[in-house]
Amino acid sequence: MTVLQQLEVGETLVDIQLEPVSRLALIKYAGASGDYNPIHTIDEEAKATGLPGVIAHGMWTMGNLSKLFTSYYEEGFIETFSIRFKGMVFLHDVIRLQATLAEKSPQALRFQVRAVNQRGEDVIAGDVMYSLYE
Amino acid sequence: MFQSFIGARSDKVKNRVERGAVKKFAAAIGDLHPIYIDEETGRKSRYKQNIAPPTFSRVFDYGTIDGLNLPAKGLIHGEQTYTFKRPLLVEEEVYCYTEITDYYEKSGKNGKMGFLVLHNTGEDRNGEFLFKAKQVVIITETVRKEISV
Repeated sequence: MTVLQQLEVGETLVDIQLEPVSRLALIKYAGASGDYNPIHTIDEEAKATGLPGVIAHGMWTMGNLSKLFTSYYEEGFIETFSIRFKGMVFLHDVIRLQATLAEKSPQALRFQVRAVNQRGEDVIAGDVMYSLYE
Repeated sequence: MFQSFIGARSDKVKNRVERGAVKKFAAAIGDLHPIYIDEETGRKSRYKQNIAPPTFSRVFDYGTIDGLNLPAKGLIHGEQTYTFKRPLLVEEEVYCYTEITDYYEKSGKNGKMGFLVLHNTGEDRNGEFLFKAKQVVIITETVRKEISV
């Protein structure tokens, strides 16, 4: 039995708490992803659209969330990864990543995944269907 | 109007899962795991190669749809769903295209909002499915007026 197959429904993978969101982290993500929408890096541009300041790329948070699963690469892979963007992430926010096993079969595991801010609010939430190798 | 774009798709664009781009992307999401960046770990793995993080596919070029001009600012990313056949391998070629699969409008407290549904697809050189990324983009009333749709 692999680590993931031993998980029971309702159990969680080890949470990850991210460092407080920094402007440099968002600049790095802009460069790495090619998403240069200035509301993620330049305060004046964010304010011009009515935001209090820059917000993280939704895909930065979703990208971070996938790392809960990275170390299990010999056991299976993410087959579907489905996310709703529910709240904005601002500079200095502290985001915690969580995955809870919702269903299991011999072939696949379905996890409910979310990223939660320091106020306990979901900023993104969704599902991961994790396909298991034989 | 975006309705007229439903069904429109770009021409396929050849991309490569570049090793340097994977490392930069893994660093940007705080996930510099050896399976993404260490060649030895990749060789010894079941994939015989390094792999890319699941959301890496957003760096690819998907081509453009003729006549479609989305504003650079003011769009809201509502939903994102990836479906994979398997992880992408470092250095493999991926053929990518984008298509508009739906557009609809809903009235909400901030006026009428538009919902544009895009699918970004990646295939191997034989045209076999590798992944699909569905994206729902919300276009607010303010932006809709600016671009007069």
